[in-house]
Amino acid sequence: MRHISFQSIVEETKKLLIKMNYELDQSFVSLIQKAKAKEDRDLAKSILDDILANHDLFKEGDFPKCQDTGMVVVFAKLGEDCKVDGSLFEAIQQGVRKAYETGYLRKSVVLHPFDRANSKDNTPAIIHTELVPGDQLTLKIAAKGAGSENMSALKMLTPTEGIDGVKAFVKDTVLAAGGRACPPIILGIGIGGNLEKCALMAKEALFRPLDDQHEDATIRALEQTLYDEVNALNVGPMGVGGKTTCLAVKINIHPMHIASLPVAVNIQCHANRHLEVTL
Amino acid sequence: MIRLQTPLDETKCLALKAGDRVLLSGTIYGARDQAHLRLKDETSLPIDLKGAVIYYVGPTPTKPGQVIGSSGPTSAYRMDTLAIPLMAQGVKGMIGKGNRSESFQTSMREHKAIYFMSIGGTGALLASKIKSQKTVLYEDLGPEALIALEVEDFPCYVAYDLYGGSIFSEDQ
Repeated sequence: MRHISFQSIVEETKKLLIKMNYELDQSFVSLIQKAKAKEDRDLAKSILDDILANHDLFKEGDFPKCQDTGMVVVFAKLGEDCKVDGSLFEAIQQGVRKAYETGYLRKSVVLHPFDRANSKDNTPAIIHTELVPGDQLTLKIAAKGAGSENMSALKMLTPTEGIDGVKAFVKDTVLAAGGRACPPIILGIGIGGNLEKCALMAKEALFRPLDDQHEDATIRALEQTLYDEVNALNVGPMGVGGKTTCLAVKINIHPMHIASLPVAVNIQCHANRHLEVTL
Repeated sequence: MIRLQTPLDETKCLALKAGDRVLLSGTIYGARDQAHLRLKDETSLPIDLKGAVIYYVGPTPTKPGQVIGSSGPTSAYRMDTLAIPLMAQGVKGMIGKGNRSESFQTSMREHKAIYFMSIGGTGALLASKIKSQKTVLYEDLGPEALIALEVEDFPCYVAYDLYGGSIFSEDQ
């Protein structure tokens, strides 16, 4: 049985959260540059220029890239042959507390739906754990802003609505979000499972590398079709119109009931903050 | 490119067209959901709302030696209903991101006020245009407090003008 120290989880959680809020993501910058080259509207180009100018400024480490430094979401994959010395949950929460305090990140979590009192340290993080084979712990960590999260949606389709039903729902969701979700966006989509599994897959799909390819040929083709069709919707950067509405579409799938076809769309704004580490 | 000095008045607002790029200078006030909720019940305020510009912002904490933290806009639609009584008290400009309701737009045009859009997710760029900040009210709200900001050449766009014009593709 391999031991993983409590402190290493605290420190890695803290390190990743500060890094994702302050550091430049080069693959993302090149996607914006490519998108800008394709735009022919001045307004859309001007907005993409400002997004690039923002990257030039924050890469010096003075400011977080966005003031909404998010609520923290963690997918913790714990190997069956390893043991955390202490509470995994508490270690992650401590890491969050330290990152948001020492990293000058905004505390954006309130404790109660109605009295709205701020927790003042950005905890609790939302933690999804899964037991996996092996002796390692993988932490997938996101700082998820609410602008795009609020525009996300889930629908229980009927099986006969099929792939066209899925496409229509995704496009309706992007149109309804418009400029509010801070496009250009990244779409994390879950298809299958049940209500909660579908939403979790949509969220976890956002951790996939921006340039990866789905192993299932039908899903790979659907990702490409949706990418093309969403970019033809003319939502454009910040909703002003143009060819750049989404930068990537990532779909995760799971088996489901014979009577179900759940689909969930988790929208990620252009201030994308997802990182992972294996301990 | 249009340079505008706050406070705004009807003449300045009438000259703006949706899609114009504007550089704003002067005092603007940062307030979002909870500050709006409290403002509607205030009987007297330490600030003058006549001609005022409200920025929907909740900055990150200020680092030592800096003026303010990252300061981009939040979604404006959440303030649609709460913005109406403030416009009745003289507010002439609001800065946020994303589209807004029909009833907000109607009220905005009745009050001869302008909705500006700054670019979400560019909090570092926008912070560099803020020269000072001061908490005015509701310090207990943390990032949701009412703050006064001195800005210089703060970049934004006219999102809705007074002639029915909109920057958003869904309205075109």
